[in-house]
Amino acid sequence: MKGSIPEYKGVWTLGEQRGKEISSVSYELLAWGRGLADKLKTELSSVLVGHKISEENIQSLIHRGADKVYVVDHPLLEHFTPDGYGKVLKKLIEEYKPSIMIASATTIGRTVMPVLAAMIETGLTADCTGLDIEEGTGLLLQTRPAIGGNVMATIKTPEHRPQMATVRPKSKRPLPADNSRKGEVIKKEYPEDIYSSKVKFLEFVKDKTAEAPIQEADVVIAGGKGLKDGKNFKMLYKIAKLLDGAVGASRQAVDMGWIPYSHQVGLSGKTVSPRLYVAMGISGAVQHLAGMSSAETVVAINSDPDANIFKVSDFGIVGDLFDIAPVLISKLKEIKNQRK
Amino acid sequence: MKIAVLVKQVPATEKVKMDEKTGTMIRSGMEAEANPLDMYAVEEAVRVKEKLGEDTEITVISMGPPMAIDAIKDALSMGCDRGYLVSDSALAGADTLATAYTLSKTIQKLGGFDLIFTGERATDGETGQVGPSVGAQLDMPVLTYVSKIEELNGTHIRVRRAIEGGYEVVEAPLPSLISVVKEINEPRIPNLKGKIRAKRADIPTLTAKELELDTSRIGLEGSPTRVVKIFYPKLSRQTKIVSGKDPELAVEELLKFLEEKELI
Repeated sequence: MKGSIPEYKGVWTLGEQRGKEISSVSYELLAWGRGLADKLKTELSSVLVGHKISEENIQSLIHRGADKVYVVDHPLLEHFTPDGYGKVLKKLIEEYKPSIMIASATTIGRTVMPVLAAMIETGLTADCTGLDIEEGTGLLLQTRPAIGGNVMATIKTPEHRPQMATVRPKSKRPLPADNSRKGEVIKKEYPEDIYSSKVKFLEFVKDKTAEAPIQEADVVIAGGKGLKDGKNFKMLYKIAKLLDGAVGASRQAVDMGWIPYSHQVGLSGKTVSPRLYVAMGISGAVQHLAGMSSAETVVAINSDPDANIFKVSDFGIVGDLFDIAPVLISKLKEIKNQRK
Repeated sequence: MKIAVLVKQVPATEKVKMDEKTGTMIRSGMEAEANPLDMYAVEEAVRVKEKLGEDTEITVISMGPPMAIDAIKDALSMGCDRGYLVSDSALAGADTLATAYTLSKTIQKLGGFDLIFTGERATDGETGQVGPSVGAQLDMPVLTYVSKIEELNGTHIRVRRAIEGGYEVVEAPLPSLISVVKEINEPRIPNLKGKIRAKRADIPTLTAKELELDTSRIGLEGSPTRVVKIFYPKLSRQTKIVSGKDPELAVEELLKFLEEKELI
C-alpha cells in the first residue's frame, strides 16, 4: 500500500511451524527483527498461522525476542496454502499496520510473501543476507547477493508499506531463549472464507535421503565429480552424521544421478549459508560457488592444487579424498567417543 | 487446453568469467541466453501438449528488451506454438511487482490460459517472486516448487511440491499457475525442424499502450523497491593449504583448525 506511512509501525516476523514444531528459522527471524526493532525503538511481533498451535510454541517466540505474538488458529489452516495464509496475513497487516514484515526464504516464505506482496501491492526483496535501518529515514535496508553472489545489492522500499523481505535461512543465529521474557498474545479469528484456499493438501511424503534440508543445516558436506561413483557418497553421509550435518552436491554429481536434485548446491540448485561447508572433489565452478560462498567457514579437499574451490576456502587439503575421508571419519569417531 | 509459459532472458552464466584479483564477474562481452531454469517449464508444457494432443496450444511470453526474442525462439524450437514479446522502454527498471503486473495484464489481454508455467526463478535476479506474484494478481492458485505433475484433466491438476524434508501432494482447480523445479524433467535438445520453425515464427511485440497498462504500475515508476547501492564482495578468505600426501597429518591439521573455530 502506498501512502500514509507514519501509521505503519513495528517489525513483524512470520513464524513457521513444521508439523507441531516451531521451525528454527522462526527464531533466526526474531534475532534479525530484534535488532531492527531496537534501532527503531519499536515493538517486535511474530505471526503464527496454523492449527492446534500450542501455548508452548507461542511462548517460545516471546522467549526468543518477540514482544507480541499474533495467532490465527483454524482447522483450514493446518497445512500451508499460499492464498489461505496470504489472506490471513493481509487481514492482520491491514488491521495492525506493521512497517516491516520479514519471513524466511523457505519454500513457505518464498511462496506466501510474493503472493501477499501482490495482494497488498507493496515491495518485496528476496533472500536477503543483511538487514539494517537507514539512519535518518528509518527505512529498511535490504541487502542480498545478486548475479550468483558476485554482486551485492542494497534495496529500499521508500513509499510502500509494509517493507517486506525474505531472509536467507542461517544468515543469523537465534538469540538464546530467555524464559523470563513476557509478551502479549493476540488471538485473531476471521470468517472462514479468509482461511479457505483453492489448493487442497493431500499428503506429505518424507524424503529419507533429505532428513535435514540442506539450506537449514549448520554443516554441509558436499561432493562432486571427484567422488567418481554415487556409492562413494556414503563416506560423505558418514562425515555428515558425525558432524550433525547434511549432504550437498555439485551439479555434475546430480547430473550423473549419484544423488537427488534436492541436494544440489549452486546457481541452479540450493543456496546455503552453513557455519561449515566441506567441499570434497568439487572443482568450484562459478555456478557452484554462487550457492555456497556465503558459508561462514569453507574447507576444500581436492587433488587439483589449482582447483577454483581453494580460492573461496579457509582451509584446503590438496590430496586424494579417498585417502583423506576414511582418516577423517575415524578421527571424528574418536573425538565423538572421547566426548561421550 | 490453453497453456502459457513465462520465460526470461538472462546473462549466460555458463560463460561467466571471474576476475581473480577482485573476485568479481567480468561483464564485458557477456552473452545472453534463455534462463536455464525456464527450460524445465517449457519442456513440461510441451510434454503436457504431447499427452493431451493437438488441441492444446502453448504460448510463450517474455518481457524484456528486443533481443529477448531469442529466448522465445528457444522455447518455440522445443515445441511451443506461438510467442509474444512484451517490450517497451516504459517497462525498464521494473521490479518483481511491476513485472508481474505487466505479465498478468498480458495474460488477460491474450484471453487467459488454463495453465501457466514458470521456472523456479531466474538465474540472474534469483528472486523467484514473479511467478507467484502473477498467480496472485490473476487470483489463481499458485503451486510452487512443482517436481511432478501427477494428474491433469480439463478441470484439475494434482502435483508434487518439493519442500524441505520431502514433498507434498496438492490439488488445485484450473486455471492454475505452476512453477517447476529442475528435477521435474530433462529438457529436450531442439531438432532441426523445431529450429527452422522457430526461426520463421512471427513473434509480435506488445507495448504498454497495446496492453492498456496503468502507467503508474509499470517500469521503475511502478516499482515499490529501489536499488540504492551495488557493491562487490571481496573474497576475503585467508586460505590455509596443506598437502594431503600424509593423510593422517592433513586430517590432524584440519581438525585443529576446526576446533579453533569451534566447529567441532
